[in-house]
Amino acid sequence: MLPVLLVLTLVELGSGLVLGRFEATLLRYPSLLVLVPVTIGTAGNLGSILAARLSTAFHLGTLSFAADDETLAGNAIATVALAASIFPLVGLGAWGLTALTGSTALPLSTVLAVSLASGLSLAVLAVAVTVVATYAAYRFELDPDDVVIPVVTNVCDVLGVVLLYLAVLLFV
Amino acid sequence: MRVREVAVEAYREALPALGASLVGGLVAGLVLGGMRADLRAVEGLLVLVPALLATRGNVYGSFGARLATGLHQGLIEPRVGAGDPRLRAAAAAALANGVATSLFAAGAAFVILSTLGMPVTGLGRLAGIALVAGLLSGVTLTAVVVAVVFAGYRRGHNPDTLVGPLVTTTGDVFGVLFLLIAVRTVALLLGVA
Repeated sequence: MLPVLLVLTLVELGSGLVLGRFEATLLRYPSLLVLVPVTIGTAGNLGSILAARLSTAFHLGTLSFAADDETLAGNAIATVALAASIFPLVGLGAWGLTALTGSTALPLSTVLAVSLASGLSLAVLAVAVTVVATYAAYRFELDPDDVVIPVVTNVCDVLGVVLLYLAVLLFV
Repeated sequence: MRVREVAVEAYREALPALGASLVGGLVAGLVLGGMRADLRAVEGLLVLVPALLATRGNVYGSFGARLATGLHQGLIEPRVGAGDPRLRAAAAAALANGVATSLFAAGAAFVILSTLGMPVTGLGRLAGIALVAGLLSGVTLTAVVVAVVFAGYRRGHNPDTLVGPLVTTTGDVFGVLFLLIAVRTVALLLGVA
């Protein structure tokens, strides 16, 4: 357990370094700082839910890794739809809570644009990462339950921060 | 049309868990937003935040999964008072892993930031913050996971589906909250950064 934890910690420090790159912007605009934990959490959850479902389908033998596979396509669509439902609430919540507790230096539209753009691009990447990781586990004959979920959760955490950074560069 | 059915089922099953972690994440964000002065004062602390939050999920999520499996197999009785040695061993291992990983994260962050020539506070302060935050959130999360998984199991819920959303939600909230307490406690002991 411990060696895996230490490797995952190094991966997460990568996303910390990305946060450090735009620390000044985050500290200037509190609504963006509120977005950090909720984006990381939602990103990791989207990935882990998809990974758990694909791992189960894989164990049940209902997953074929073909482009027209129904389980794969259905779960991919659900992941993007979940991101499209949750990330507007993420942006609205972050902006609203900041407005309630102090001053929002950014308009609601900017915070919404940042959370939606990072969230939707994240969903697409999360699908890609999960499919590749599940396929790799299958090829290397590893149990996807043991390997895929921690890898996907932590990689999605990092991707969440990277995409948040890119969205902030684009919209703020 | 099968694709549509799969998508609708996956969406319905995942939405409550995502909703719960959304609330937890926003509360955590609110606490983090209130820590701006601390983040400015302790250079390198923000770099450590994702690693500390992920450690909570990785360690106590796995502890919860072990607990759920033990209950399913009948190896663990869903009672705390029994003082089950398996339960105590699993809890102690989770706590040790959580604290060790937090300390490793602080050390690695210090080395990486120093090597890159970026501003970073002293190693003692960073490790002290990781230690206090890791201990407090570890003890709290262990208690919360045991209590909720046992209570849920006795009421007929599947512990496997409780653990994920529970740990991500409470892990984020307590993770940031105890980080704040740790920063202030270490500032009392070592002086303000």
